[in-house]
Amino acid sequence: MSNYDIFFHKISLIISLAFLWVMLSGHYTPLLLLLGILSVLVVASISSRMKLIILDQPILQLYFIRFIPYGFWLIFQIIKSNIDVCKRILNPKLPISPRLVTVRSSQLSNFAKVVYANSITLTPGTISIDLDDSNIEVHSLSKIGAEGLKTGDMDRKITSAEANPYV
Amino acid sequence: MDIISLVSSLFITTGALSILVGLLGVYRMPDFYTRLHAASIIDTLGAMLILFGLILYYGLNIVSLKLLLILIFILITTPTAAHALAKSALHGNLKPILKDD
Repeated sequence: MSNYDIFFHKISLIISLAFLWVMLSGHYTPLLLLLGILSVLVVASISSRMKLIILDQPILQLYFIRFIPYGFWLIFQIIKSNIDVCKRILNPKLPISPRLVTVRSSQLSNFAKVVYANSITLTPGTISIDLDDSNIEVHSLSKIGAEGLKTGDMDRKITSAEANPYV
Repeated sequence: MDIISLVSSLFITTGALSILVGLLGVYRMPDFYTRLHAASIIDTLGAMLILFGLILYYGLNIVSLKLLLILIFILITTPTAAHALAKSALHGNLKPILKDD
């Protein structure tokens, strides 16, 4: 890791923090802008002193762009499984058959594994309970949800988004 | 009443109804883990529909950008909290009800 890369990490952190500040503040008088610049610089220097700038990983602030197309697909899946769980709740017989299944996660980086486990929990009907290096234990509300995960559709999409060379 | 506020109030009403369904699910489900499934309806579909309706209502300005940011943070933090609850319940030896059909 060269000096140039460390410099680039710090600059990208400062830019994303400044963007967040401008978005949340909405006030543009000179005093408040000065205070904003000061707070961004303080946060950036503290996080580099705390070694929160992880050098052997891709730049996180830009890295998440790879997962945006996956995010739209995920929202579609969330709506589909929400309708399924709503139907089960409103059915007077309550047709649930809860089960524990283990699914494989083929992602390489910790970040993509977190994205996968969080996606499983975010879709109603499945919750990731426990995870180790290559397996995730999932509590599923119904047989359909467990089988949908077993096909590995979501796993493959995240792995290909992780390996996307164009971003 | 113009068409945009009509559509946004439709979204907000649907979101409130889905929160009601989620609450009914929390009441009806038999054990802790299945109740978590019902609760996740509230913070995915309910939050998404209500915040999307509000974004439509405010149009493109700094308020709707903030609402979008709130939605993104909700979609990141609530599954983390649900996972922490489920994991601590499992490691505290709370056995889930299992049923095969």
